[in-house]
Amino acid sequence: MKNILLAALLCLSFPLSYQVQAKEAEYTTGAPEIHGRVMGVSEELRCLVCQGQSLADSNSEFAVDMRAQIQEMMEGGMNDRQVVDFMVERYGDYVRYRPPFKATTMLLWFGPFILLGIGVAVLYTNILRRRKQVDETPLTEEQHRRAAELLKQDSGENKA
Amino acid sequence: MIPEIGQFALIIALCLAIVQGIFPILGAQLNIRPWMAMARPVAQGQFIFIAISFACLVYSFVTDDYSVLYTASHSNSLLPVQYKVAGVWGGHEGSLLLWAMMLGLWTFLVTLFSKNLPDEMVARVIGVLGLIAVGFLLFLLLTSNPFERLLPAAPDGRDLNPLLQDFGLIIHPPMLYMGYVGFSVAFAFAIAALIGGRLDAAWARWSRPWTIIAWSFLAGGIGLGSWWAYYELGWGGWWFWDPVENASLMPWLVGTALIHSLAVTEKRGAFKRWTVLLAIIAFSLSLLGTFLVRSGVITSVHAFATDPERGTFILGFLILVVVGSLLLYAWRAPKIGEGGKFELVSKETMLLVNNVILAVMSAAVLLGTIYPMIIEGLASVGLIDAVNKVSVGAPYFNAIFVPLLVPLVFLVGMGPLARWKKADMPDMVRQLRWAFIASAIFAVVMPFLMGGWSWMAALGMVLAAWIVTTAIYSLRARFKATNAELPWGHRLNAIPRSFYGMHLAHIGVAVCIVGATMVSNYMSDKDVRMDIGDTVTVGGYTFRFDGVIETKGPNYTANRGLIRVLQDGREVMTMEPEKRVYTVQTMPMTEAAIDTGIWRDLYVSLGEPVSGGAWSVRVYHKPFVSWLWTGVILMVLGGVVAMSDKRYRVMARKEKKAKAEAKIATPKLATEKA
Amino acid sequence: MKLKFFLPLVIFVVMAGFMWKGLSLDPRSVPSPLVGKPAPQFELSQLHQAEQTISRDGNLGKVWILNVWASWCVSCRQEHPVFMQLSRTGEVPIYGLNYKDEREDAVKWLKDFGNPYTISAHDYKGRVGVDYGVYGVPESYVIDKQGVIRYKHTGPVSAQALRETILPLVRELKKG
Repeated sequence: MKNILLAALLCLSFPLSYQVQAKEAEYTTGAPEIHGRVMGVSEELRCLVCQGQSLADSNSEFAVDMRAQIQEMMEGGMNDRQVVDFMVERYGDYVRYRPPFKATTMLLWFGPFILLGIGVAVLYTNILRRRKQVDETPLTEEQHRRAAELLKQDSGENKA
Repeated sequence: MIPEIGQFALIIALCLAIVQGIFPILGAQLNIRPWMAMARPVAQGQFIFIAISFACLVYSFVTDDYSVLYTASHSNSLLPVQYKVAGVWGGHEGSLLLWAMMLGLWTFLVTLFSKNLPDEMVARVIGVLGLIAVGFLLFLLLTSNPFERLLPAAPDGRDLNPLLQDFGLIIHPPMLYMGYVGFSVAFAFAIAALIGGRLDAAWARWSRPWTIIAWSFLAGGIGLGSWWAYYELGWGGWWFWDPVENASLMPWLVGTALIHSLAVTEKRGAFKRWTVLLAIIAFSLSLLGTFLVRSGVITSVHAFATDPERGTFILGFLILVVVGSLLLYAWRAPKIGEGGKFELVSKETMLLVNNVILAVMSAAVLLGTIYPMIIEGLASVGLIDAVNKVSVGAPYFNAIFVPLLVPLVFLVGMGPLARWKKADMPDMVRQLRWAFIASAIFAVVMPFLMGGWSWMAALGMVLAAWIVTTAIYSLRARFKATNAELPWGHRLNAIPRSFYGMHLAHIGVAVCIVGATMVSNYMSDKDVRMDIGDTVTVGGYTFRFDGVIETKGPNYTANRGLIRVLQDGREVMTMEPEKRVYTVQTMPMTEAAIDTGIWRDLYVSLGEPVSGGAWSVRVYHKPFVSWLWTGVILMVLGGVVAMSDKRYRVMARKEKKAKAEAKIATPKLATEKA
Repeated sequence: MKLKFFLPLVIFVVMAGFMWKGLSLDPRSVPSPLVGKPAPQFELSQLHQAEQTISRDGNLGKVWILNVWASWCVSCRQEHPVFMQLSRTGEVPIYGLNYKDEREDAVKWLKDFGNPYTISAHDYKGRVGVDYGVYGVPESYVIDKQGVIRYKHTGPVSAQALRETILPLVRELKKG
């Protein structure tokens, strides 16, 4: 009896629910402005349980939880910088997806450009030095004649 | 029985490799002809036995032989047959066997296509390849035996990782390994030249085709990997600066530098030592990549299951090869002459600046990849605080790569037009002024056409346009320089294929730049919760969620979403993203629905079911993303076309002349250095 | 012998040194910046007695271990016997932080496998976990009498780790 009643109720509720459907889907992370900021900050933070993804890209439980917490913090009034600092305080620099600018990362950030400078400088000095040192002597008459002879010899062998 | 045959074949291959590695090289040093002559047949034998071994492993997969531990770990009776075959290289041991087989194959090709090389050189090249093979075969037999038995046999296998059950697995690793291993040939040529103490333009001409093919394969392999990650991983990313990806990019960047450097050495006999060093570095990076991926020193989604014993072996082998070759380099390089001189503004200089930039790019990628390890290492000996450990992600690599790309691309336009020895700068500026103006206009207009100004987009556009406009100019100028009296078909044919290949590859770079720039700056996506009938609009298309149905595959069950796509109110297509659960490994996996187009890809990925029959769905509009893979295809084609240049086939004749001149000229230069 | 040609070799040897060291390191470890700093303050409801709370300050004056665990965590079962054994010796109190778990599931888990914890705090939302820099379960902290975190162990605690690292530290802290 109860079941029939339940079934009847369900049937009745259907037309009602249909009217409420077919809407513009809503974001999984809150209002559009906050959503943009959440994703922006998430792109700067690393998902610690994934291998190599940012919090924005990952769909792991950890990332989803973290994004939810970031959203809460932003809705509570924290700005982007504060959210990142909050995370770094608790997880260390490792959680930053972009390596920070510190004494220990100077080599990382400046290394390539220093190397570029050295490379160009070495190339420059090498070219200049080579201009003075290496003396290209064109083949002399004698050498040309010998070369022609050798070539005739070789092609003669080849024809056989 | 068959697995034992496979293992035995490996042992025989090892013995042959040892012979191949020792006798020819000694024979070349001591001028013992029979020992030198051994090289080809022994190498061919080695390849045959590795191939037999490989076939045995494939056999055990295809016949569901779960008494072999490797097969039981990576296969399953329900696995479709093409994945049983591809699964052979789905794990560490099998992929290493693939590596060894590729090495055997390349060596085999060298034995076939080296008729016009001097005997000592052939002997040394094959000998070096043999020594490398010894390393890999020992690694296989001692630490990573694919034929290890599992007794009692498992009733069924643990199945191949669902992420790998895909077309990508069939093509990406073989192509990638052909590239990685191909650089061993360039390496072997370099070592042979160092041992022989003779390095000239002829050597560069011999090395060049081999290097270009290896480069093409590696480019194709990397491109395939990127494309596979794009459609397989479910969120449409195509490059993550993941350590394993970096491991393949580094040898490719250096390989690109090597191709250009070989051009200088071949045409002008200059920078021979640098070219040899690049060849050594390119292959060393290949080996380094193998180390990074299989030793556990870095974290990556691609990393193989690791073992400290394996890591130690590879590192030991890497150190042996690299220290050995760099010692040889340090010892012999001074004896190699300097080569011709040229002005600061010349084709040579531009090619060498290209080299410097590419080398720095590779160094930067290396630095970023191993930096966390460096910090941890310094911390473990107390030099710095452990908390300083950083992780280096995409933002770093992008920040370094893009500024380096700008001068490089600028040179791409200038280089082909510059003259050897002394380039006429004012004339080049005059010739290219229209290309420059056109590029600038393009760079300013395109961003607005795409939807909004962006400095990065403008930069990408100006770089790509510069390459294309200068290429058109260069091709046209070259055509005009041919004999006007001939019909245009003959005129086109008169231009060497390497010229076409060069421009084709460069244009490929431009196409990639367009793809990367557009998709990075103008991609739009929405991550939404969808009830039945809900719509979401992205990139001018409206996506309607029409529910989810359950389906079955050969070895998985799936929830398939039905998404109808509308444009201007009209229904244009249906997209069906899936969420699969594989029977054996019970891992949930996303199969995104992708609609590929010339101008954009539409990408829909099913998330998780949420309350009330709704699902979370992520919808993307990715403009120009297919240009990324197209660009790589063009690069590969460019390499193949360049390689087919008949100048390499008519090697024999030209090189006699070079040999003759070299015999006369070299003694003078050698004594000059001393 | 021109020295500049040895430069590539030297650079490689330095790199190889780092790679050799790298073989013995764990690339996934995330060193905690909280070691040496005061343990973050928290006040949560107790797992077994929901009306009562437990706070960090309540433990000032003693050396204790905080173990982050959950009933859904497979590795926690691996380390559980180690903590059971430790709780029997009574050498150092172990407090549990039940992380993102349903209360009934957690209580049942302790009933099934044994309860080594003096008290477990119920961190349903995981916010306290974030404060402590938790990114995976299980994790364990050694906290001293002044409430300062002295050591963090990520992953299951093995008998060896307990014997060689954690207990010696605990003993030293108790003396001070």
